[in-house]
Order: sequence, then C-alpha cells, then structure tokens
Amino acid sequence: MIAGTSVPSAAPEPGTEAAITLEGVHKWYGAFHVLQDINLTVMRGERVVVCGPSGSGKSTMIRCVNRLEEHQQGRITVDGVELTNDVRTVERIRRNVGMVFQQFNLFPHLTVLDNLTLSPIWVHKHPKREAVETAMEYLERVHIPEQANKYPGQLSGGQQQRVAIARALCMKPSIMLFDEPTSALDPEMIKEVLDVMVELAEAGMTMICVTHEMGFAKTVGNTMVFMDEGMIVEMAPPSEFFENPKSDRTKKFLSQILTH
Amino acid sequence: MTRRTETPGEISAREEEPTHVSLPPPKAPATTPLMAFDWAKKNLFSNIPNTILTLLCVWLLWETIPPLINWVLLSAVWSGGDPAICKAAEGACWAFIAEKHRFMLFGLYPFDEHWRPLLATALFVAVLATSCNPQFWRPWLLGLWAAMLVVCGTLMWGGVFGMTFVENARWGGLPLTLILSVVGIICSFPLAILLALGRRSDMPGIRAVCIGFIEFVRGVPLISVLFMASVMFPLFLPEGMTIDKLLRAQVEIIIFTAAYLAEAIRGGLQAIPQGQYEAADALGLTYWKKTYFIILPQALKISIPPIVNQFISMFKDTSLVIIIGLFDLLTTAKTALTDPPWRAFYVEAYLFAALIYWVFSFFMSRYSQYLERRLETGHRR
Repeated sequence: MIAGTSVPSAAPEPGTEAAITLEGVHKWYGAFHVLQDINLTVMRGERVVVCGPSGSGKSTMIRCVNRLEEHQQGRITVDGVELTNDVRTVERIRRNVGMVFQQFNLFPHLTVLDNLTLSPIWVHKHPKREAVETAMEYLERVHIPEQANKYPGQLSGGQQQRVAIARALCMKPSIMLFDEPTSALDPEMIKEVLDVMVELAEAGMTMICVTHEMGFAKTVGNTMVFMDEGMIVEMAPPSEFFENPKSDRTKKFLSQILTH
Repeated sequence: MTRRTETPGEISAREEEPTHVSLPPPKAPATTPLMAFDWAKKNLFSNIPNTILTLLCVWLLWETIPPLINWVLLSAVWSGGDPAICKAAEGACWAFIAEKHRFMLFGLYPFDEHWRPLLATALFVAVLATSCNPQFWRPWLLGLWAAMLVVCGTLMWGGVFGMTFVENARWGGLPLTLILSVVGIICSFPLAILLALGRRSDMPGIRAVCIGFIEFVRGVPLISVLFMASVMFPLFLPEGMTIDKLLRAQVEIIIFTAAYLAEAIRGGLQAIPQGQYEAADALGLTYWKKTYFIILPQALKISIPPIVNQFISMFKDTSLVIIIGLFDLLTTAKTALTDPPWRAFYVEAYLFAALIYWVFSFFMSRYSQYLERRLETGHRR
C-alpha cells in the first residue's frame, strides 16, 4: 500500500496562524449522527492527514469545510471567515479552498485546458490569456502539459486526477482539501498522483487529506487524525501516531491497514 | 488484487483439453455463387418453418413491389391538367400535384404573390441549414435569425415596398407549418429548460409552479387546448379585443411542447452525476454559471434523442391547427381535393404531403444523430 517516497520530505514547518478551525461541529443525516463534536485546528502550511474506517465521517468533515455539506451545530472558520448560510460568504470561502475528489469529477464535455480555466475566467475574472498561461503553468507542475487539448475521457485515471489537482490549484487557493484522491486509481497510477501531492506539500500548501496512503502520511503529514463513528478518536504527529497509538480502535485500524 | 491465480488442478484440466494445433488450416474461400447458395440455405431454408416464411415473403414482395413501381412510375400520369386522362390511366396522377402544388404549398395566399412565401420559405430553410453547422454557432447567428425573421415577416405580410398587404389568416401550407414548428421549437426550448430547472429547484414556490404547469399541460390533449383557445378564450377577453388566431395557435404549441420537452430535459439533468455539481460548487461557480457551463451542456447532450423526438412529434402535430381554421400543409393538401374533377386523387395528395413531412422529419432525425456523434468526447459513464 505504501507508495510515494520514504525519504523525509523537505516540506516546511507549519506556521502559527490558524487556517481552518472546527469547533464543536455536529452534523446529522436524519437520525444518524454523522459528525459528533469535531474540534480541529489546521495551521497555515500544516498538512493534516485524516484516516479511519469507511463511514466514519472523514469525508463529511472535510466537505463541511467548503460547504458541500452543511453542519448543524458548532463553528467552522476558514481563513478567518466564519461559514454561515450566507451565499456570499460561502462563495468567498470556496474561492480560497481547492478540492480534489475521489472520482476526479472533471467536466467531461470540456477540454483539459477549459476545465482549468473555467473558474479563473468566470469566477476570478482573470483575462483569458492570463488564465491560459496559469493553467499551462500548473499542467507543467503536474507533469502533463501535453494533454491540454484533450478531453478528460481520453486520459488515464492518474492523469485525470492530476488534472483535477491542477484545476483546483488554478484558483490559487490557500487551502487544499483532498477527499481520498487515490482510492479510485489503479495501483500503478497512485504514485504519480502522490508525487504531485508531495511536491505541493513541499511548496508549503495547507492541506487536509483524507487518505489511507500511510507512506504519504509519514512523508509529509504534520498531524494524523483518526476518526471513527463520527468522532475524532486520536490526533497526533505521524511518528507518535504510528509508533505509539493510544486508543485500541486506532491500534486495530492500523493493524488492519498496515498488514496488507 | 482480484486476479485469479490458477490452481494446479486447473492447469492440468486445461492440458487435458484437446489442442487445436493439429487441425488442418481453414479451407480457402469458396466461389461466390456457392457462398450465396450456402448463405441462403443456412439462413433462409434451414428448416421447414423458415422455408415457408421465406417463400411467403418472396410471394408478398412479388405481389406488391412491381405493381407499386408500376403505379408510382411506369403508368403514372405526370403532366397535363386534364383529370380525364388520369382517370383513364392505371397509375398515379402526379398531374394533380403538378396542377395543385401551388395551392398545397401556399394555401390561400394570393396566387400572384406566391413568390413571397416561396422566397420566405427558401430564406427560412437556408438560415435553418446554416444553423445546423456547429462552426456557425456564434453570436452573429442570432443576428442572422433576427434579420431573417424580419425579412420573412415583411415578405409574408407585405404592405411595404409596393407589396400588397396579406393578413396572416390567409397564410397557409408549408410556410405556415414551418413557421409554427420552427418558432415553436425556438421559443419552447428555453422555456422548457427553465421549467426543467425549476422543477428541480430548491425553492418550493418555483418548484410548485413548474410542476403545476407541466402536469397541467401534459394532462390535457393539445386538440382540446387549441379548441378551448379558439372558442372559450375569446369569451374571457374584454369586449372588442381579439388575439390573432395564428398567434394563439403558436403560443399553444410553444406551451405544449415546452411542457413535454421540460420532462425530456429533466431526464438529462437527473443523469448528471452529483460529483459534477460538487466540483462546480467547489470551484466557486454560482448557480447560473454552474448550470450554464457544466450541467446544461451535458444534460442537453444526453437528452438529444428525446428532445428531437419531441420536435418531430410537434412538427407533425402542427397539422392540428386545422381545429381553429388555420390552413397548414396537410389541410391545404386536403382542401385541394375539394375541387370536384380531382376528388378521386386523394392518395396522391396525401402522399405528397407525407413526403414533405417525411423529408423534414428524417432530416431532424439524421441531424440529431450527427450532433450526438459530434458532441461525443470519449467520456462514457
């Protein structure tokens, strides 16, 4: 399972200013209590890796950060702005938060380049030429500039996910959310995506990453968060988390994913 | 990880299978007549029921095709305005069409002014054909349409540039059918999109209005709506106020088509994966931008077959405007038959009308297939 590099990364240390805070966040789906009293602070430049069994609420938690899901109780603050129902606040936060999905969610009817320039042109109102230049720059960064004029359906899964990362980066976000970015990929494509994510971490991006790629977590993660049944069970730096897990549930989970 | 590994048992079982290596190479292809004979034997005469069916079909074709060719082509009367010659002949009386085609195509429009609807129809079809090429889907195309509609309206109504005024109650035939359907398509399409979006809206008020509208319109037959509009609707209007018959029919066709179309488009909207909405949201797109750039292009592409289905159906349904006394193509064809000497040639009249309907419908059908192929981007879900 461990892909990516095991060499200690050159990622910079996180800052001291909070980029995201979740305070006492609760969420219910009907009677199902999917998030229970979530408290989490992510510093600027910090890389938080969230893991846990499926159905533990980890995706729901990060989807609350850019309001793809609504929380019902508690406070979520992103870049100093509290998330409310106000459409403008939500839009303002979404402009600064990039998101990468498990299923890539590229727009199949648009070329790669159009996928990348859509938001810069129509949301951020950049001139088209500038948007194209930026897009090509980010396609270089994810190592596929030659695919710019293809449609997503003509690319491999790994390439699509790298396009999706580039698309999020084109908005010049201050925070990136990754929702199981490698779970839908064939094994041989996981590395190319993780490499891009490692490079991003080394550039100092604030990241919350839901993933089971423990190699990635050890390399670039500052904080490991383990969730189960809608709660944060354990939160620790990777070294401590992997060497010396405190709760039994964490131990059991780690033994399950690390023996494979 | 799901790859099967072969157990030793399986391998040995495989080895026991007879190998095909020792088989002789395939025979050289047989000669053509023999192949045809073999093919017929295998596919047409393989057993008794098959043989009976084959013989029956051959007999049916023998009985129908030669007489049909004879009627349509060989023994047909092509010209000469004399019904007596037609009556004496065995074949079709295309002379009837030759004699009456101008009335069938243009209805009650003043005979000497027929060049006007002819020119208008030609313009209409030309702009329509231009619009079919996706390379021309640019803002100027809208301008071309506007200009074309103005010119066509001027030609049809007249009253300027020395052309006599022709009220639209006298319009008829093909131009009327085309106007009703094309204007119907152009206007119902955006309305249908709004209805489909409204039906899926989060806002209960808008949703209720859209559902109510769609369900009401779909629940009543077009013919009854046309009828009500011509008989009952004027009763509710203030004294002395009338709304043009053509306009009423046009509005009803638009409303009707929009309701059906909205459901076709809603089907496309529902086929768009949730992830597309989420990705658009995450990129900060507003509702309308998301709808315009991401959702509609994909939903409409998926809905092309039912949308075109609806358009073809509506194109033919325009013939129902006879209910309120408008002379569309089918009605003019029928009316041409009321000329006593030509009464007997209704088959030719209806074939002529049917051929025109078929040409347009078939074109729509083929064009939609072309569009689907063109919009394919290699992404299958």
